[in-house]
Amino acid sequence: MQNDSEMDLSSAETRDLRCIAGMMIPASKEFDVPGADDAIIFADIVKSLGRDRRDVRDALRVLCDLAGGAFAELDVARREEVAASFRVRGGVAVATLSRVILQCYYRDDRVVRSLGLEPRAPFPKGHTLEQGDWSLLDPVRARPKMWRDAS
Amino acid sequence: MNETVDVLIIGSGASGAAVAWSLAETRMKILCLEQGDWMKQADYPTNGRDWEARLYDDFATSPNRRARPTDYPINDDNSPIKVVNFNAVGGSTIMYTGHYPRLHPSDFRVRTLDGVADDWPIDYATLEPFFAENDRMTGVSGLAGDPAYPPKQPPMPPLALGKSGARFAHAMNRLGWHWWPSDTAVATTEYDGRAPCINLGHCTPACTQGAKASTDITYWPHAIRAGVELRTRCRVREITVNEHGMASGAIYYDADGAEQFQPAEVVIMACNGVGTPRLLLNSVSGRFPNGLANSSGLVGKNLMFHPYAQVFGYVEEPLDSNRGPPLCLWSMEFYETDPSRDFVRGYAFQFGRGIGPVTEAIFSDADGRLPWGVDHHRVFRRLVGRRIGLSAICEDLPEEHNRVTLDPVLKDGHGIPAPKIDYTLSRNSLRMMDHGIARAKDVLAAAGATNVGVHCPILNGGWHLLGTARMGTDPERSVVNEWGRCHDVKNLFIVDGSIFVTSGGVNPTCTIQALALYIADSMKQRLATLFD
Repeated sequence: MQNDSEMDLSSAETRDLRCIAGMMIPASKEFDVPGADDAIIFADIVKSLGRDRRDVRDALRVLCDLAGGAFAELDVARREEVAASFRVRGGVAVATLSRVILQCYYRDDRVVRSLGLEPRAPFPKGHTLEQGDWSLLDPVRARPKMWRDAS
Repeated sequence: MNETVDVLIIGSGASGAAVAWSLAETRMKILCLEQGDWMKQADYPTNGRDWEARLYDDFATSPNRRARPTDYPINDDNSPIKVVNFNAVGGSTIMYTGHYPRLHPSDFRVRTLDGVADDWPIDYATLEPFFAENDRMTGVSGLAGDPAYPPKQPPMPPLALGKSGARFAHAMNRLGWHWWPSDTAVATTEYDGRAPCINLGHCTPACTQGAKASTDITYWPHAIRAGVELRTRCRVREITVNEHGMASGAIYYDADGAEQFQPAEVVIMACNGVGTPRLLLNSVSGRFPNGLANSSGLVGKNLMFHPYAQVFGYVEEPLDSNRGPPLCLWSMEFYETDPSRDFVRGYAFQFGRGIGPVTEAIFSDADGRLPWGVDHHRVFRRLVGRRIGLSAICEDLPEEHNRVTLDPVLKDGHGIPAPKIDYTLSRNSLRMMDHGIARAKDVLAAAGATNVGVHCPILNGGWHLLGTARMGTDPERSVVNEWGRCHDVKNLFIVDGSIFVTSGGVNPTCTIQALALYIADSMKQRLATLFD
């Protein structure tokens, strides 16, 4: 028998998760980015729950309790109120839910490009850093020794 | 029955690797037991798009979160600072940033100079040749001429200053405070078969490029070529003793979970400041009812972590973010005791380049800085890539109530009692952190940063595990003597951070490795009289 952390989210849990993800990070025409409830991003979120599944499920239970039922079925104004209470309530489960949404959202190609970054793994290309002006050290070099003799 | 070895080393991390390599020239039969696996660079996080997310998964810094089969759990509920480690060939050098300062000469004489804690039984001059040897073996980058240290010559040039480093440099010069490019265990040129750093920027959870000096790619290839055997997936349960009170070997569980006995003439412990006391306390016998080598009662006591006070802010200009090794500079401006302050000893600053987008989002969400809803995108674009921060790494003085014991309930996957941590921050540490926060805010103001935040202490900042089997000449006040041999058991040695008498205010890995080389050298000098 599967335990709570192994079972897939129910369809009601999935609807609530997608709804809160979209409220947390909505799509933006101004920045030309999808919301966290975008189909591709949300599929990544669900697929990536892994060891966080139990905490996410706990967070969704809190969300339902605050909503007095299915969160996704509330009207917009009430959802805003519940989402605000949910965030203020905090705790490990709520923080975990936020994290799993953020860590998938900010690796989506469209989102990464909108930040002016390349959508790629760091390896093998790496990055280039300015070597810098080491003459900045001249005033430090001119200081007397700072370490204490202790022999 | 396994064949008796001359030397059995437990743990293949920073110190175990160094002592194995150094002793290899004796041609003794040397075996190292390691509970973890060999790591593969192709499996490291920076190979994939989920590189930041894996810090919360199989490369989490906490063994409790990571929970690999090779990890053991640690009950650190009663500590404001949680333990960081990694269990693999290379140990926690797989999971470190490679910021690589030495202890300072004054760190070995804190009682004499400042009237606190105890002096070490050795001094900086004793370790100096071993620091240099370790720099060469590890491949250290840095710049000679730092007025905060006696002369030294890192074998490779320093990491690039970058935009973040330059901004800090200007700020520190405005304040007239010391700063210097860090000694770093990251290759900046090709070195001993290692490729130079290409700024993957995510050094802590293992380096895919192989530029960071984890001991699986520095000491171990040399030690193995010289004849040392390294056996992985072997978790030691206890050190055994014979009728003469000498260590006779170790009982361990092999890769198949089968119990094995490995006889040895000499046993060297290199399991870090939590793993070593755990193993000693689990090694109970009629002769040693309170744990092995524990006649002083000090095994597990005097745990020191280094409390970190981290302060950060945001600037208008995009900086280096995750696009380079995360630490590049240090400052020793507030390192030495100043009688005008309300604390003794001091701290170093370490300067960070910045963090990646996912990490920025998670941190800023947790701090309440990043809103949900329509403002999310606008605010995030003012944060991402613009974070600049520094941390005061504070000297943690030894206190016996800060300790490692055995948890009465928690056990690892082999049923071995797990370590339990009890730790509180001292008044001296709290005052030191307050000072560090205030001065860090001065630095950030000089650097033009606003929107300043503080994390103090860094919760998941227990990187440095020190002091739990301290070194000294008095058997009633220490566990090992001045060359690492246990007072109670004359063929049992400890070479890891457990033997630190005081912590200093800098990252300890460089000093741990120099100590291991020094102890190995002391053993080689005394081979004929090692047990006298």
